[in-house]
Amino acid sequence: MKNPLDSLWGTVITGLVLTIILYYIVKTVIGG
Amino acid sequence: MEMLPGIYRWIHIMAGIMWVGLLYYFNFVQVPAMKAAQADSSAAGIAKHVAPRALFYFRWAALVTWLAGAALLGSNFVSAFTFAAGFQKIGVGAWLGTIMLLNVWGIIWPNQKKILGLVPATYEQKNKARRIAFLASRTNTALSIPMLFFMVAQTHIPL
Repeated sequence: MKNPLDSLWGTVITGLVLTIILYYIVKTVIGG
Repeated sequence: MEMLPGIYRWIHIMAGIMWVGLLYYFNFVQVPAMKAAQADSSAAGIAKHVAPRALFYFRWAALVTWLAGAALLGSNFVSAFTFAAGFQKIGVGAWLGTIMLLNVWGIIWPNQKKILGLVPATYEQKNKARRIAFLASRTNTALSIPMLFFMVAQTHIPL
């Protein structure tokens, strides 16, 4: 499998996906 | 003394713009430009005159950003880093920023010193350093996206 960080768009999408994952984790922890 | 938190925030944002701005410059501009420049043998100028200057401001801006952020957190520093109630969002931002700082000083800069010839390295060591520095820089670019989201989210995005 190709490393997504090798492409600029792969890097940006990785960051956005990570943001969404962390958003739901923090939202769950806060209990919102 | 009442002005201090505002001053810390001002420094934090200014240094942060320089840090992340240069990070985006490396990833969105310099790395693709180097590939094109190597094709027409003009890469030496970027490597000799541009990259060392950009790296200087990049790594020191990273440190100033973190120190000003720590000062801004003040007595809430531990609460943020332990995700105490009310500090979960800024805690995630602070941890991501800290990982990025460690990436800069612990991985990117030591490997860039080999690439730029500031420390002795063989051709193989330089090639390995190039790949490690590239991936660490790309990792920081990816991490900057949630880091900035959670920095903003602490006071501006309700969860």
